[in-house]
Order: sequence, then structure tokens, then C-alpha cells
Amino acid sequence: MRQGRLPLILTFLLPPLALYGIFVLSPYLQAFQISTTDWMGYSAQADPVGMANFRTLLNDGYVWNALKNNAILLAVVPVVTIGLGLFFASMLTMGGRRGRAGVTGVRGTSVYRLVYFFPQVLSVVIIALLWKEIYSPTSGLLNGALRAVGLATPAWLGDPRFAFWCVLAVMVWSNVGFYVVLFGAAMQAIPRDIYEAVLLDGASRTTMLRKITIPLLWDTIQVAWIYLAIAALDGFILVQLMTNGGPNFSSDVIGLRMYDTSFGSENKFGYASAIGVAMFFLTLSVAVLALRTARRDRIEYS
Amino acid sequence: MTTVDTGAPAAEATRAATPADRPPRRELGVANVFSHGFLMLWAAMTVLPLAWMVLSSLKSNGEIIAEPWGLPEALRFDNWARAWSTAHIGRFFFNSLVVVSGSLSLTMLLGATAAYVFARYEFRGRQVVYYLFVGGMMFPVFLALVPLFFVVRSVGLLGTWPGLILVYTAYSLPFTVFFLTAFFRTLPTSVAEAALIDGCGHFRLFFRVMLPMARPGLISVGIFNFLSHWNQFLLPQVLIPGDGQDRMLAQGLSSLAVSQGYAGDYAQLFAGLTIAVLPVLVVYVAFQRQVQSGLTAGQLK
Repeated sequence: MRQGRLPLILTFLLPPLALYGIFVLSPYLQAFQISTTDWMGYSAQADPVGMANFRTLLNDGYVWNALKNNAILLAVVPVVTIGLGLFFASMLTMGGRRGRAGVTGVRGTSVYRLVYFFPQVLSVVIIALLWKEIYSPTSGLLNGALRAVGLATPAWLGDPRFAFWCVLAVMVWSNVGFYVVLFGAAMQAIPRDIYEAVLLDGASRTTMLRKITIPLLWDTIQVAWIYLAIAALDGFILVQLMTNGGPNFSSDVIGLRMYDTSFGSENKFGYASAIGVAMFFLTLSVAVLALRTARRDRIEYS
Repeated sequence: MTTVDTGAPAAEATRAATPADRPPRRELGVANVFSHGFLMLWAAMTVLPLAWMVLSSLKSNGEIIAEPWGLPEALRFDNWARAWSTAHIGRFFFNSLVVVSGSLSLTMLLGATAAYVFARYEFRGRQVVYYLFVGGMMFPVFLALVPLFFVVRSVGLLGTWPGLILVYTAYSLPFTVFFLTAFFRTLPTSVAEAALIDGCGHFRLFFRVMLPMARPGLISVGIFNFLSHWNQFLLPQVLIPGDGQDRMLAQGLSSLAVSQGYAGDYAQLFAGLTIAVLPVLVVYVAFQRQVQSGLTAGQLK
């Protein structure tokens, strides 16, 4: 029974490990090394410069500007998305008229769930390009509606005051549906009789959401928080395709900064890797922080 | 162990005290209309952009500019034809299909085999290798972008589909292995033991017994990987540079949007987007349950 064991382990494990080592592990390790060089362009010339790139980084106004936008995304997107997700999910699972069946969802729940999830199956590229047209000053859906009711029609993505917030709105739009489904599934796992009991006690719907649903869903919310935080630190594709960071860097994000520094207007690979390393530690600390602050006692249905 | 435990017994007591057939409290009609309104508003906000995209893909450019909310006077399917052939969306669609079927098959094969070994075989250093492998999930792709470009170039695969397939696979493996290892661990060991006693080889055991048993897990993670490969933009953008016809659908669409900016052919862009969206949407509607559970399971694990 023992024979055939080792050959299987080797044939099953070596190809994936090789692939992973070559294309994932080695680039990550190299990135740390490259970040301490002044490698420019496609030349082989790369001299070690120590921490110089990181010092430049600290004084780079464009990076700080981009970072500020990521910080706003980080503060707004998870809260709004999770808030809307919880609201809609609780409507769908227990917003229904209370009849003999106790706590039920509103009518048409399955249709809502089908529709809300649409953005999740679309590629971010398509979402970005579609919303860019929706925001278009002349031919866009949004200004078409505003014009019809006689309101002012801003240039949206062309206006430094609005461009960033327009992108942020799209980020929320594209994520909410997923969390409605995710929270909905988690809410359905909560035993009905808990709700029925609290309702008989005369709890209002908000109390129910605050005191029962949210504590019981805490694990799921925490996961959602981390994913959304990581997404908020990225935002590259949406920003690049909708505004390319403009107008006048008003909607720039750190991912775009890095992409432009390496593959866009410049080829400063050393400096770009330094931005990447900074992003890595930022993402890591945000994830750890989210885990830490969100930690609570695990609640089990007993 | 907090709110619920204190709440439930109290509620139980109340329930016992009051007659069971007490009529439920009247629902506030206003609140219901209110919440329904919000639900419908969001549904409209989700559907409207997509409906507008499809409608605009059938309008003339004049109609699109003059009346964003207007209906098309005639259904101009020639926009679709123009996007399909002139803008090469058809070609890009086919490219993506080939690359994704390659990368998805490879990811599933290598992911399942590695996960199976991690889940079912003891060997020295297993934990270390496993965590090293799965740790790849935590890193942002951005960090690897620059060196990855040069790694792929140095093995001579820059600008090629096999290069893209290998890279997609390599970056999907950590999550796939993580998910499937957990799944293989839940499968009963008795079947495998019985098969081994009956003289079934280790390889046959995997392909004939374990793999079929892991089907639900394979489907979930397969859907997850399909969508993430199909929607990939950053990796092809870096690994298939230039503006050739061997690029992926997402790249083709983004350059169509750029050229639309100069040519003013809005209808063609909308047609291109519609062509890219409709098949995915149809598949989603047909397999809604599987897709939703596949993606949410993917996020939760």
C-alpha cells in the first residue's frame, strides 16, 4: 500500500510548486530587491541605492496625493458598501409582511437577488467603460436625466471637484450586490425562532438588526471589511479607464501611480517597486488592523 | 455567546406566558412602501445602465448624442457587426476564450492535485510548503508586476498566450489549493481506504474516486477562477503589450474606448460592450445559484 505514494506526491506537487516559484514567489522576492536600486528603463544598468527610493517616496507629492485618495476610499467605500449590503439583505431576508409564517423576505426576493448580483459578473473594465459613458457630459445617461428635469449638468469626470467621487460611487455600485447576496446567505443561516422570539418581545426592526443580526453576522462582516479595504487600496482599473487619474491628478490612486511610473509615462522600475513595497506593507497593516479591531467573541447558535 | 443567549430564554418565557395564537403586530404600511422603494431603486440603478448599454448599441451615433434616454428609431444591428469585425471584438472574444479555457483547465488540474496531496498525504515539511504556497493569496499583484514582466520575458513567453496561461494559473493556484485542500479534508477517508485495500493504485484512486467525489468543490472554485481569468485586465496589459490582434477581450474593449474617443463612434463602443456582456450575463442567469454560491464561498473561505 505504501508503494506508489512517493511518485504520486512528487508528480502532483512539483509542477504546481515550480509554476508558483517561478511566476509568483520569485517576482515578489525580486520586487523587494529591485526597490533598493535605481533601475531605469529597459537597460541592464541597476545600481543599489539603499533606501534612497523610499526617501524620495516620502517627499513625493504625487504619491501622497494618490495616497490621500486611497485613504478616502478606505474610509468611505467599506462603510457605505457594507451598510447598503446589510440594509438590502435584511430587507430581502426578513423585510416581508409578518404573517403566519413569521419572519420572511419581501416579495420578489429571488428576482432582486438575481439582479443585484449583475455587476459582480461583469469585468471591471466593462463597468469602467460603461460608467464613463454614463457620466459623459453631453451624451451620458446621467446628464440626459438632469437636463430633462432642468437641473445643472456638470462635466462629472472632467470636473476635478467631482471626478474622484464619481469613481468612488462606481466602486460602491459594483460591490453592493455581492455583499447583499453574501450577507443574505449568512442571514438565512440564523435560526428563524430567534427573530420570532425577539419580535414577540416587541423589538423594533432596527433593534433586531442592531442587536441580533449584526452580532450574529460579525464574522462575515469582518471578512467583507477586509476585502473591501484591500479593494479600496487598489482601484487601479476603474481610475485608469475612467479618468486616468485626472483631471489634474484629482482622482489619482497609488496603483495608478505605480503603473505609470513603471509602464506608463516613465520606466523607473526601481522607484515603482519601492511604491509597490510600500503598498504591500500598507495593505498588510490595513488587513491586520481590520482583523484586530473587528475581533469579537465568536457567537454560535446554541 | 452574548446577546442571543440572554435574549432567547427571556423570549421563551414571554412566549410561554402569552397565548400562542396572539395575532402578530400590524405591519406598518409606510415602512414597507419605503423599504420596497429602496429595493426597487437599487434594482433600477443596476439594470438601467445595462439596459441603456444594449439600447444604445442599437442606435445611430446621432441618436445617442441627441437623446441619451431616447429609444432607437430602427434597430441597427450593423453596429454589432462593425464592433465584431472592424473593431475585432470577435477576434478578441475568441482569444480570451482560448486563453481562459487553457488557464482554467491547468489551474483546476494542478490545483486539485496539489490540494489532494496537502490534504491526504503526510510528509516532512508539509505545513511549511502549504503555508508558503497559500501565502501567495495575501500579496497584491501590483508588487510583482515589474519583476514578473522580466521573468516572463526571460523565459521567452512575453506576448504569448502560453505565457499568459501559465501566469494566470500560477496566480490562481494559492486560492484554488487553499479552497480545495479544505474540501478534500471533508471527504470521508473510508472510501479511499477501501479502494486501496482492493488494490487500487494511488493515481487511479485520485482520478477515479477522489476527483469525482470533490465535484461540488471543483465547480465552486472553477466558477470563481473562470470569472477572475475572464475579467483579468492588468496581467494581459503588462504581458501582452502593444496593440496587436492577439490581445484579450478586456484590452480590446479598452482600446476600442480610446479610439471611440477620437472617432466619435459611440454606437460601436456600446455594441462591443454588449457583445462582451451578454454571454456572461446569460450564463449567469442560467446558473445563478451555482455562480452566486461559488463566488460567495470563494470570498468566505
